[in-house]
Amino acid sequence: MAKTFTKPRSLSDQYTHYCPGCTHGVIHRLVAETIDELGVMERTVGIAPVGCAVLAYNYFNCDFQEAAHGRAPAMATGIKRVRPDLVVFTYQGDGDLASIGMGEIVHAANRGEKFTTIFVNNAVYGMTGGQMAPTTMPGQRTTTSPAGRDVQQVGMPIKVAELLAALQTPAFISRQTVIDPKSIRKAKQAIRRAFEYQVAGRCFSLVEVLSTCPTNWGKTPLEAVDWVRDTMLPYYPLGDLKTPED
Amino acid sequence: MQSEVKFAGFGGQGILLSAKILAHAALEAGHEVVWIPSYGPEMRGGTAYCTVVIGDRPIGSPIIKNPRHLIAMNRPSLEKFAATIRPGGVILINQSLVPIGSGRDDVDELAVPVNELAVAAGSLRAANIVALGAFVARSRILDFTLLRRCVEAEFAAKPKVLRINQDALEKGRAAAVG
Amino acid sequence: MGKILMKGNEAIGEAAIRAGCLNYFAYPITPQSEVAEYLSWRMPEVGGVFLQGESEVAVGYMLFGAAGAGERVFTTSSSPGISLMSEAISYIAAAQLPAVFVNIIRGGPGLGGILPSQGDYFQATKGGGHGDYRLLVMAPASVQETAEMVMQAFPLAEKYRNPVMILGDGLIGQMMEPVEFPDHLRTAPSNKDEWASSGMSTRGSSRRNLVKSLFLDPETLNNQNLLLKAKYDRMKREEVRYEGYNLQGDYRVLIVSYGTMSRVCRTAVDNLKAQGLEVGLLRPQTLFPFPERAIREAAGKSTCRAVISIEMSMGQMVEDVERSVRGIRSVHWYGKCGGDVPTPEEIMEVVRDLDDGGCQTPGCICDKE
Ligand SMILES: Cc1ncc(C[n+]2csc(CCOP(=O)(O)OP(=O)(O)O)c2C)c(N)n1
Ligand code: SF4
Ligand SMILES: [Mg+2]
Repeated sequence: MAKTFTKPRSLSDQYTHYCPGCTHGVIHRLVAETIDELGVMERTVGIAPVGCAVLAYNYFNCDFQEAAHGRAPAMATGIKRVRPDLVVFTYQGDGDLASIGMGEIVHAANRGEKFTTIFVNNAVYGMTGGQMAPTTMPGQRTTTSPAGRDVQQVGMPIKVAELLAALQTPAFISRQTVIDPKSIRKAKQAIRRAFEYQVAGRCFSLVEVLSTCPTNWGKTPLEAVDWVRDTMLPYYPLGDLKTPED
Repeated sequence: MQSEVKFAGFGGQGILLSAKILAHAALEAGHEVVWIPSYGPEMRGGTAYCTVVIGDRPIGSPIIKNPRHLIAMNRPSLEKFAATIRPGGVILINQSLVPIGSGRDDVDELAVPVNELAVAAGSLRAANIVALGAFVARSRILDFTLLRRCVEAEFAAKPKVLRINQDALEKGRAAAVG
Repeated sequence: MGKILMKGNEAIGEAAIRAGCLNYFAYPITPQSEVAEYLSWRMPEVGGVFLQGESEVAVGYMLFGAAGAGERVFTTSSSPGISLMSEAISYIAAAQLPAVFVNIIRGGPGLGGILPSQGDYFQATKGGGHGDYRLLVMAPASVQETAEMVMQAFPLAEKYRNPVMILGDGLIGQMMEPVEFPDHLRTAPSNKDEWASSGMSTRGSSRRNLVKSLFLDPETLNNQNLLLKAKYDRMKREEVRYEGYNLQGDYRVLIVSYGTMSRVCRTAVDNLKAQGLEVGLLRPQTLFPFPERAIREAAGKSTCRAVISIEMSMGQMVEDVERSVRGIRSVHWYGKCGGDVPTPEEIMEVVRDLDDGGCQTPGCICDKE
């Protein structure tokens, strides 16, 4: 009988450490499928962030480097500049990329570094126990905003995709989510396009993926999916914000 | 004299809380006390454990290789720690989830259907308090009246939860003293 | 107020408030995020400032700015975060400002682990940032002592106009012990009108205050460094603190150990005594200034055959111990730095070996050949 569904070659056999209902795993799979389809696993280097995905290198079968918190885009720049033939991607959370690593990502994008960033926005610091992130929604309760995010004190959530799309350097910038089959298929297309632009040597590419963190949101996996749809989507609209053709 | 109690189970079984209530009671009784959690990424859904050290002199090492007592809320905890307990201590086993014994004949082993008793008291979430009641009643590590007061203090803000936990504590005690 | 049970991390937050420090900036990192979580509601309750910065780099400079404006300010972090703050710490020391940094150390180098460690001893005592500066470094061994040291850190920082660091480890932050706070301790920094850029009208002066660290003229910079050195020399005279344990007896081995590690050593000393072997323990409570003389004197006791530094690191404090002992006794090291804290049993064995005349620790600094 012909197999119709298998695990991508680029994913390892390890069980992940992600919590039940966490969508980090789905996003891993989409990246792995893309690497398989482009046939580039043997020349791909991933950069793991500091965050729940720090152990991503256990789940992919390509080479990996482990960055310091927020510095993945600088390390990717280093690799890409000395080995432009390699396919390089960073996989970063919202604390990692939009807080401590904001400087690195803005400058890498603005220089047009030809690597791909998968940016996982789950509106909190997952790994350290649910503290407020720059992407935390107004009024959202976290362990460091116990009364809810007070936008008078800490401003509005940062729309990373829009912010980077505003740079004048050509790039591919898209926002997607993975909360149902339809959105997963779209996210896959965007991730594939992002890698294709890199492989073609065209531009910097980033896909922001709205993701769940049931554990730190204090929700069941299904409630978490609803929360992405009802609370995050209206503020973080999906779609391609910028293509190099623009 | 120094006694150490290891609380072990799944994350979410209220291990840290029951250990904290015991520590609080020890403090109220005028003892020296330290509460040491395991912390780390394994906390998510994995095994959690916590040690309470009670003594009558300032407590030296907070790292305890061979505790005196064990409260094992699930099977992996019993398998992992049963052999480390000092002879003469109490090993309390949550019979609802653990079908095996400690395999030790030099300890006071006590199997209590903790989960069922908690449900009977009104909530599975009170399983940790059933175990605490059974353990303290059996080991006599502290005065039970004092423990009652500390359970009351812990849940004072939530009357309904308090009632369930008070009942759970007594059910644990009854199971231990027979 | 009586004793209450508190996690070390929460006690740090409360102690700072009791000491009159109502300004806290921080960035989350295990194993000390509970300080920020505690102060995120507690600071607003007492009318203080709580802000989660975007990085430890930023937090370091938030402290620089706030301290420069003459306000009491502190932060807490753990090893990788302290590395990022080290640049600001150098600037704050150079600008001679008081500020308090708490490092709840985790395993390193790099991302390391999140379990207890003492691997940042060099960073704290020899300078993690650049230039000729020092921190006054205090190392507590219990939750109560942590709270007390935090409260003492602010007046000390102001006395010297220099950053003070509290060096704890993951266990100090995570464990709960009874702690007692004084009801009220708040005092305002006394001398800040002389140096704080608090606005001339605030201090009713027409002389402006400048907070800076640039001194291009070589003689001026040298003088500036002499001034800093004079402060560090004064710390060495006035602030050395340590605690002795079983130092009255005729001990055959002297252990030097600090923080959580020293508690484990205390248990080992008790157990060895019960078995008939006398061992002394000297616990530095300040790591800079280091209790050099006390260690030399304790090592000089006629019955003492060897000195050993026991630390959760690969041999950092031992360099200061060796410097202090000045060759009058053989100096040894024992330690671990992966997150497992050495047990009393391990320490007893190491000390017994030393007493029997043979150091068995691979990689010890002693010359075993
Ligand atoms: C310099 C430094 N500061 C802080 C930390 C602690 N830390 C580890 S992961 C993390 C946040 C992760 O959040 P995010 O990037 O949103 O990833 P998620 O876990 O949510 O996927 C932080 C603050 C660190 N490791 N290094
Ligand atoms: S803490 Fe949140 S982001 Fe991390 S694995 Fe769990 S659900 Fe996912
Ligand atoms: Mg996140």
